[in-house]
Parts: sequence; C-alpha cells; structure tokens
Amino acid sequence: MSETARPNLERSGEVTPEIVAEHGLSEDEYGQVIEILGREPNLLELGIFSVMWSEHCSYKSSKVWLKTLPTKAPHVIHGPGENAGVIDIGEGLAAIFKMESHNHPSFIEPYQGAATGVGGILRDVFTMGARPVANLNSLRFGDPDHPKTRHLVSGVVAGVGGYGNCVGVPTVGGEVDFDPGYNGNILVNAMTVGIAPKDRIFTSEASGIGKPIVYVGSKTGRDGIHGATMASAEFDDESAEKRPTVQVGDPFTEKLLIEACLELMATDAIVAIQDLGAAGLTCSSFEMASKGGLGVELDLETVPCREDGMTPYEMMLSESQERMLMVIEPAKEGLARAVFEKWDLDFAVIGRLTDSGRMVLKLNGAVVGDLPIDPLAEASPEYQRPWTPAPRPDDLAPENVPAPEDTGRALLGLIGSPDLCSRRWVWEQYDHMVMADTVGRPGGDAALVRIHDSERALAMTADCTPRYCQADPEAGGAQAVAEAWRNLTAVGAQPLAVTDNLNFGNPERPEIMGQLVGCIQGIGAACEALGTPVVSGNVSLYNETNGKGIPPTPVIGAVGLIDDIARTTDTAFKAAGEAIVLIGETRGHLGASIYLRDALGRREGAAPPVDLAAEKRNGDLVRGLIRDRRVSACHDLADGGLAVALAEMALAGDLGATIENPASAPENGAETPLHAWLFGEDQARYLITTAEPARLLDAARTAGVPAAQIGVTGGASLTLPGGAPISLGELRAAHEGWLPRYMGD
Amino acid sequence: MKAAVVVFPGSNCDRDVQVALTRSMGAASDTKAPSNGAPIMVWHKDADFDKVDLIVLPGGFSYGDYLRCGAMAAHSPAMREVVRRAKAGVPVLGICNGFQMLTETGLLPGALLRNARLKFVCRDVHIRVETSQTLFTSRYQAGAALRVPIAHHDGNYTAGADQLERMEARGQIAFRYCEADGAVTEAANPNGATRNVAGVYNEAKTVLGMMPHPERLADPALGGIDGRPLFDGLVEALS
Repeated sequence: MSETARPNLERSGEVTPEIVAEHGLSEDEYGQVIEILGREPNLLELGIFSVMWSEHCSYKSSKVWLKTLPTKAPHVIHGPGENAGVIDIGEGLAAIFKMESHNHPSFIEPYQGAATGVGGILRDVFTMGARPVANLNSLRFGDPDHPKTRHLVSGVVAGVGGYGNCVGVPTVGGEVDFDPGYNGNILVNAMTVGIAPKDRIFTSEASGIGKPIVYVGSKTGRDGIHGATMASAEFDDESAEKRPTVQVGDPFTEKLLIEACLELMATDAIVAIQDLGAAGLTCSSFEMASKGGLGVELDLETVPCREDGMTPYEMMLSESQERMLMVIEPAKEGLARAVFEKWDLDFAVIGRLTDSGRMVLKLNGAVVGDLPIDPLAEASPEYQRPWTPAPRPDDLAPENVPAPEDTGRALLGLIGSPDLCSRRWVWEQYDHMVMADTVGRPGGDAALVRIHDSERALAMTADCTPRYCQADPEAGGAQAVAEAWRNLTAVGAQPLAVTDNLNFGNPERPEIMGQLVGCIQGIGAACEALGTPVVSGNVSLYNETNGKGIPPTPVIGAVGLIDDIARTTDTAFKAAGEAIVLIGETRGHLGASIYLRDALGRREGAAPPVDLAAEKRNGDLVRGLIRDRRVSACHDLADGGLAVALAEMALAGDLGATIENPASAPENGAETPLHAWLFGEDQARYLITTAEPARLLDAARTAGVPAAQIGVTGGASLTLPGGAPISLGELRAAHEGWLPRYMGD
Repeated sequence: MKAAVVVFPGSNCDRDVQVALTRSMGAASDTKAPSNGAPIMVWHKDADFDKVDLIVLPGGFSYGDYLRCGAMAAHSPAMREVVRRAKAGVPVLGICNGFQMLTETGLLPGALLRNARLKFVCRDVHIRVETSQTLFTSRYQAGAALRVPIAHHDGNYTAGADQLERMEARGQIAFRYCEADGAVTEAANPNGATRNVAGVYNEAKTVLGMMPHPERLADPALGGIDGRPLFDGLVEALS
C-alpha cells in the first residue's frame, strides 16, 4: 500500500485574467491575492485562494448573519467552528452532530453525490472522536412529473443507502419532499449523530512545531477537483459537463477509517485531526495550522496518489473521499502506523508543523507554492450583501378557501399525495436497525437511538417547511425550529440543540439575500426561546438554475435526550375506546397550507404564525405527560393538519377513530369552518390518546394550555365530521401506494 | 458455552450478535470483558483462535463486497480455519453476509443472488420454522412464524432443482418467508428466493445460514424477541 505514484514535475503555467475568472475570483478579490502575496500567484496558489475563498468554504455571504444565532448554553461543549457541534448528554458522554449539504453533486450524479454526502458528514463526526450512531437526511426533489425527478429520486436514495448500509450506521430518519421549485436544483442534506466520551473530544487545532503531519485513508485521485467552487456557482444547461467534479465514494474504506481512527483515538497519539472534505488537502492543512497559529510544510511527492503524473495543483485541490490528516506525537508514529496497517489503509508522513505562519508546498525539495496563512484566512471575504425583506402576503381567511364536498375524500387525496404519502419505499432501502439500538424506527415524529449499554436514548429529527419560508422567511425559519422541537417533544425527549443546513439561491440577488436573512432571524428567535442553541451547520447557496432559485429551505436537524426508554411514546393508536385529545389552539390557518396547494392548486396567503411562548408551554406539558406515562400515543400536527395526523396515527396503530363535529363542542373551535379545523396548519399543536381524559384535561387547564377531547379510537375506519367513514384499508392503500407506483415497483 | 464471532473489516453486525449471545448466556451485558463468558471476537487475519463450541459469521460487508458478497471473505485466513472446524463438526451460524460466506465456501449449498426487485430491503418479515429438531431451533415449534428483520441487497436464495429436492428430503431448509399466520406465499417473499427459502442447513444440521437477523429482535426494547430463542437454544444445547 505504500508505493506512491510519480508526480508531474512540470512547472505550473502562467496565470491569465481568463484563468482568474475561471477560478471564480472577482477582480477585487484577485487584487487582494496580489497584495497578500506581494506578487502574482502561480496557478497552484491561485487554486488555493480560489477554494479557500469560495462561498462553500468561506461563508462570505452568510457569515455576518450566522454570527447572530444563539450558540451557547451550559450543555454546549463545542459550538460552530469545529467539524461538528458537541453537547453534553450526561453520564460522561457527549453527542456530536452536524448536517451538511451535497446538493450540487447530487443533481449532476445522484448516486455518488448522495453517497459521498453521507461519507463526508460521517467523517465530520468521527473526526471529533465520536462513533457515529445514526444518519438522517433531508431530500428535496422537483415536480414528480419533471422528466429527471424519478431518476434523481432513485439515484439519491440508492446512494444514501449504499453508503450508510455498508459503513454500518443506521439511517433512522429524515424527510423527502417534492416541489417544482427544485426542478433544476435538488437538495441532499445529510446529518450524522455520534457519541463520544466527553473527555476525549478531538479537534483540528494543531500544536507542536516539528511534529509530523500524517495522511491516512484512500489515495488521492483526480476526482472532485474544484467541487467547492462548483458548489459556489449557479447551474446552467451545460451543468452536466461538470460530472468529473463529482467525487466517487468507497464506503468500505470509510468503515475501515472509522474503526482505525477510533482505535487510535483510544491512545494518546493524536495531537490534532481533520478530515479532508471540500477543498481537500488545502482546506484541512490550512485549518489545522490556522487554528494552532502555526505554519505547515508539505512534501507533495509523499502524498499517496492513485495515478501517475498528478500535479501539485491536482493534489492540493482533489476532493477524493475517505482521507484524513492528523498531527501525531512523534514518539507514537510507530503505534499509529501499526493501527492503520492493521486496517490496510495508507499511512504517510507528508509534512510537518512549522513556526513560519506560512503554508509551504514542496515537490522533491523545490518550493512550488508559498502562502501566508493568517492573512489569507483573515482576508477571507465577508460581505454585507444588500438584501430586501420579502413582502409578507396577506392573511387568507378560511372563508375564502372552498370546503371539499366530502372531508374523507379530501383526506384520501392528501394522504396519498407526493408530499404526504408514506416514505416507506425510501426508508426500507436504508438499514435502519444495524447496531441494534434503534428503539424508535423511521416513520414516526422522531427516531430514537438507544445509547448503547444504557436505558437512555437520543431522539433526532430533520425538518423544514419551505412553503412557509417562501411566504414569510422569518416565520418559516422559526417554524422549522419549532417543528423539529415538537417532533422531539412528541416522543418524550428533551430537545437539546440543533444543526442548521441553510439552502438558498444566489445571495447576490437582494431578494434571495432577504430570504436568507429572514430565515436566520426566525431560527435565531426560535432557538433562543426554545432553549436549543445552534451548535453546527452548513450553508449552501447558489442553488439556482438559469436564474431561478430554489424555495428558501433552512433545514433544522435537532437532537434531544430521553432519560428512560420506558417513558416514551409513538404515533400509533394503542387501544380502542381511548380518548383523542387535541392540544393547542386551532384557528384554522389555511394560508400556505398543503390543502390549499394540493387540493386547490393555490399558493397564497401568509405562513401560520409561530407563537414561541405557546410552543414552549404546550410542548412542556406534553413532554411531562409522556414522561408520567399518561399518554398512550402522541403525534405533532404539521403538514395537512389535524386530519392527516389522525390518519397517520390510525394507520400506525391499525385502529380507527371517530371524530366529533367541533360545532357540537364550542371549546374545540366552533367558529372555525370545519374544513379549516380539519386541514388548517396552526402551530404548537399535538394529538394525544389517553384512557383518562378528565385528568389530562385538568392538567392542561392548570398549565394554561388549550386542550379538548375531539373523538374516540376504535373500529376499522376513520370517520371525520362532514364525510363518510373511510376504511383503514382504503386509507392505507392511498398512503402506501403513491411512491412505489411512481417509482415503478 | 464458548463462542467466537469472526470480525471481518467490513462486518457491522459483529457487536449486535455478540450482545444477543451474551444476553442469552445470562452473563452481564459487558461485551468488553470476554472473561465473563461473552463471545470472543476473532480478527479475520487470525487463523489460530481458541477452541470454541460455536462460531458465528456476522452480517455486514466483509471486504466491501464489491465483488460477489462474501466471495473474498471465503478466502481469508480465519475462514479457512472456520471451514476446517465446520467440517470437523463445530457448529457454525452465518447471518446475512455470514450466510453469503457459507455458500461461497461451499459449506452450504446454493447461492444468494441480487434481490428480485434489485433494491436493498430492510424490514421485518415473517419466517416459518421448518423443523425444531436442530441445535439452532430447539426452542421453537416447527411451523411457528417468527417476526425478524431482514436487511440485504443480495438475499435471493437459489439452488438447482435437483439439489433443492435433495435438501427438502433431508430437511435442510431451515426457514421460509411466510405470512404472519405461517402461510408460505409469493407475497411474503421479500427478495425472490426460490421456494421462499430464508435459511438452510448443511446435511449434518451443524451449519446454519440465514438472511434474517435474529439478533435484531432479541430485546423487547427493539420491538420484539422472536429472535431470542435461537440464541437461548444454542446456549442450552452447547453448554
């Protein structure tokens, strides 16, 4: 494994204005390059500046706004700025998690794009010392009728599964949505959650002048060169030609890398460690030196390469997968080498830390690149881009939205629609049970993964409602956090922290920048109010094709803690004759709802208002009831409102229900038109079942939380007011049918 | 009972089956301390491991399985030793990827092809216990339908018609995919396996290969315990 391919020794060519433009640097930025170097850069140096200052690596458009997010809490060990966020989960353990996008590559080459997205986020987490215990993902595709959609769904799902299944980390949750707004730019956001001993967290901060820099993992190839730059530009009709910039994943090597790194991390050999992700060797060596206030010298002829004739430029910019960089204690080099040889992985000393504050790149002793580290990092552009707030649409009164002829038929239509049908076809292609700790499987509000060898569990979810973000970015950003928080609460978990994956169009357009700003403001307010700081995240901009941006999509990944797995619940109705209680206030908000869009083909109205105080009050009550075992099932209300939640609970439990007409019970919202009561998407609401409704309603009254019994479980059909009973068989056929039929299975 | 779990670099159910066996042995669930009776973990490069009463080949992706699943694993040093001991009568249990290795080494007849629908599939299925007269199934009733998960891309069992007839006659079919009530139907077959075969024995019934994962439903917290009697039975028979 140790023989190294021969490098290309030709000197890199001249830098012309065309080449500068191809590297995505503006004239101003190139001026800064010359100022920092005190001369013109060579091609290698230009390439390094280009990736380091790309939107993807520098966050130049979003940085000023990201700084406004709440990131601190007593249980936060490492917030944003590390490879992933780290929180204290008690008993000497930490949870480490992050979500990251792989949108651009997945559109070009769906299988490998999605697979390497999973690989990349796994590395971010185990780099910090955690064993990955769960994967989640948030996927958004274009119109089902668009000619590319089926191919993209098939490839992305197979890629996510192909990678996660092989590395042996369960894929336990996520979301899949369809909207024509993603026709030209799909979204593939992958999240990994890991667990580590709290006192053994690893970071990339290098220390110790002269210590060896070690390269481990796969060899470096020509794949993925300038992937970070691709991810920082819009698409056009020729984007398929960018296929060579998509990396190829090898999950088996990743599995070896996980095991080898965790084995070495149990010793005290590692000083600093950083995975090679976007911008490969450039970004990771730079980051290590920059965080440690040091310099770095690399001997590029020692980099393990996959093929002969690779230039320094290619080596430094390659995004080949499954590679890591470490600074090792010199005395432990033999031990470290032995661990990686045991796992049949490449191990090469490729350089050393220096006190020069510079990145010096050598090839057979000759300097081929020399850049100052701090000035490059500090001068990394940070833009205060102009933005215009999105105009807020008027509220849409329920009276102005037609009611369906039969509420049951309307429900059947929704529950069998692309956005609300069962995702079973997707998650059955993911191994969601490997590691034998998945105590809450996919399909519920949040997935539950037991902390190994304990009675505790982590709850996790990923959520966003782009319809709301489009109508009102601030409300939509807050709603994404609130929904994630509710999903954790609905299984009895205490939400602890979130990771955000902000997917937007071209930030150079003020209205897109306005969406980004609004969403961040909403996320910040909600995280503050609900006590869940943002501990990690990723920004994906330029999700735009031929000048058309995606709907604003700030996905929130959230993690919560369950103290006792005997004190949780799920969405399934458990027993006939139990009371169904609606928690939270129902006003019948139909603006920007699924009913409006899918049943009536209208996209209008304001997003549902998010009352964060009510969210907290209602959720805290529900969580307490679950922990006191006074609730037999619980489901949060989201897309499609009350009717859809009821259907999902009935299907999960294979048990029907009969719902009373709210007009007969004024406290249930008698003034609300029936269809708005059933399909409205008011926030801060849950459905729960209980054998002792009186006690439960008392508790709600005491807590100042609106609650009302709306029906009773039982039978083999679901009966809604204003409609004929629908058999569970018919409901199930509609719910389970669409996706397999669409995918041709 | 002393058991060994062979760990290939891409194994990923090695710990899961170790936990399930340990639980059935009644030992503390401390899998880090084999001294209390937990199965030993044998590295794939190690052909010289302790004498044991049971060898388990766990699920996973042995060497990445970019070639046929289990094909490379069949030639590893540990596997050569497993084959030798199996032929000497040491019981061997292969689950999922372990089943694929057993057919690749020829310890079990037949082969596992890509699933008929060409997709990876992870879900609970039902399997019918064909006989309770083996080391592995003594705690089950013949004809019982167990609920256990599958998680594989290549579980479509196949064997020649003559061979299958011989296997049927000798009682070498261990499990068949079935409905919850035990009926063996086409609809209950998740991967296209010939005659719904989910697991098979060697002629001596000392080697069992099965695609479903009994270790994944051997703990009530995971939603079921139908897999547990398999481990309980082994512990009883081999202790």
